[in-house]
Amino acid sequence: MNYNWNWAVLFEEQYLSWLISGFGWTVSVALSAWCIALVIGALVGVGKTVPNRVIRAVSATYVEIFRNVPLLVQMFIWYFAVPELLPDDWGRWMKRDMPNPEFVTAVIALALYTASRIAEQVRAGIETVPPGLTSAATAHGLSVSQTYRYVLLPISFRMIVPPLTSEFLTVFKNSSLALTIGLLELTAQSQQIAEYTFQGFEAFTAATVIYVCIALVATGLMQLLEKYTRIPGYVGTEG
Amino acid sequence: MADFDFNVIWSSLPFLWQGLQLSLWLTFLSIIGGIVLGTLLALARLSGILPLSLIAATYVNLIRSVPLILVIFWFYFLVPLVLGRPIGSFYSALIAFVLFEAAYYSEIMRAGIQSVKRGQIHAGQSTGLNYWQIQRYVVLPQAFRNMIPILVTQGIILFQDTSLVFVVSLRDFMTASSIVARTEGRLVEMYLFAAVVYFVICFSGSMLVRSLKSRMST
Repeated sequence: MNYNWNWAVLFEEQYLSWLISGFGWTVSVALSAWCIALVIGALVGVGKTVPNRVIRAVSATYVEIFRNVPLLVQMFIWYFAVPELLPDDWGRWMKRDMPNPEFVTAVIALALYTASRIAEQVRAGIETVPPGLTSAATAHGLSVSQTYRYVLLPISFRMIVPPLTSEFLTVFKNSSLALTIGLLELTAQSQQIAEYTFQGFEAFTAATVIYVCIALVATGLMQLLEKYTRIPGYVGTEG
Repeated sequence: MADFDFNVIWSSLPFLWQGLQLSLWLTFLSIIGGIVLGTLLALARLSGILPLSLIAATYVNLIRSVPLILVIFWFYFLVPLVLGRPIGSFYSALIAFVLFEAAYYSEIMRAGIQSVKRGQIHAGQSTGLNYWQIQRYVVLPQAFRNMIPILVTQGIILFQDTSLVFVVSLRDFMTASSIVARTEGRLVEMYLFAAVVYFVICFSGSMLVRSLKSRMST
């Protein structure tokens, strides 16, 4: 192996600021997409469990479509195809006037994709609530929406925090796909540094270390949330 | 709205089919390699030998916290450097996928191994089997069986992941579609077509998982 080590390259003015800006984009894309995905995912997940058949079918279709097409293809469709498919004015606006088109597109694509995965977790959470509770709620005269509001959701949202941790980590990793539509996030910046300086080892190590730190911080935050939201004495939440 | 031209798909089918074959072949090899390496990692992690389980755990957690694209870039850069000569994009990608997916398969196999009841291992020990015989004839066959639906699900995810070789221009189905899309100037048709093809394959896969699950639960 023939390689000239030069770790100092990472701290040279230009390259250091590339890494920092890459980190900034990665975190912004991931967090924005996560917030949107939580809302849509919760709605679709609830939609998969309601008695109404039409809502159930629509929610199930959403999940199947977004889960079974690779995120990369979805990214390209949002970026290249959607502006052509929309009415002319909207398409022109998306192509010319929309601020930060790469960022907005990446967030939309990542959010809708992640939402389909969150929806499955939400559905699973609602289904693990013992059916006796729903029957008890009905016996008390609660309507369907009241049952969700006061019985099913408070329990299931607290139960799905642990599985959501891995989704939360995944959204940071998946934000790297934004580089395919030209957003210079962390992975793209490290690749660019490798190309400019031929110091691939140092550049990729830097990116790897930053991703590991993001994962550690994210896991730590979710564990705090887990501790706070754990239901005492509930099945499957021992300790 | 642009007028569609679906002839472009018809005329480029042979080219796309070649890409799809590469995607499927890469998926197949990565699944085999990933399961083998993943099982070894899971065994190392559950071996009770501290350094071994520590190394395996560190590897799995490290790989699981970085994006696949970064791992692909890593191996494109590292493999020729370590071997001293280029071995072509396909093999670099294959190595990256096997090493990346092994981390995910090892978590699945670990859960599978832990789902085998202790009594089975004790029974193996009392019939005089050694550690490797117990793993080979008692634990792994059952662990594998219990995990088949999840292993297939991971295989579907892996197939979707292979589209990421686009970042290093390896000609899989995704790269082939995008080459046609650009050269023919038919982005909308080609990307929608790619989405449909991926959907049909992955949806059939998840149907298979569903029927496997219901067959196993009866």
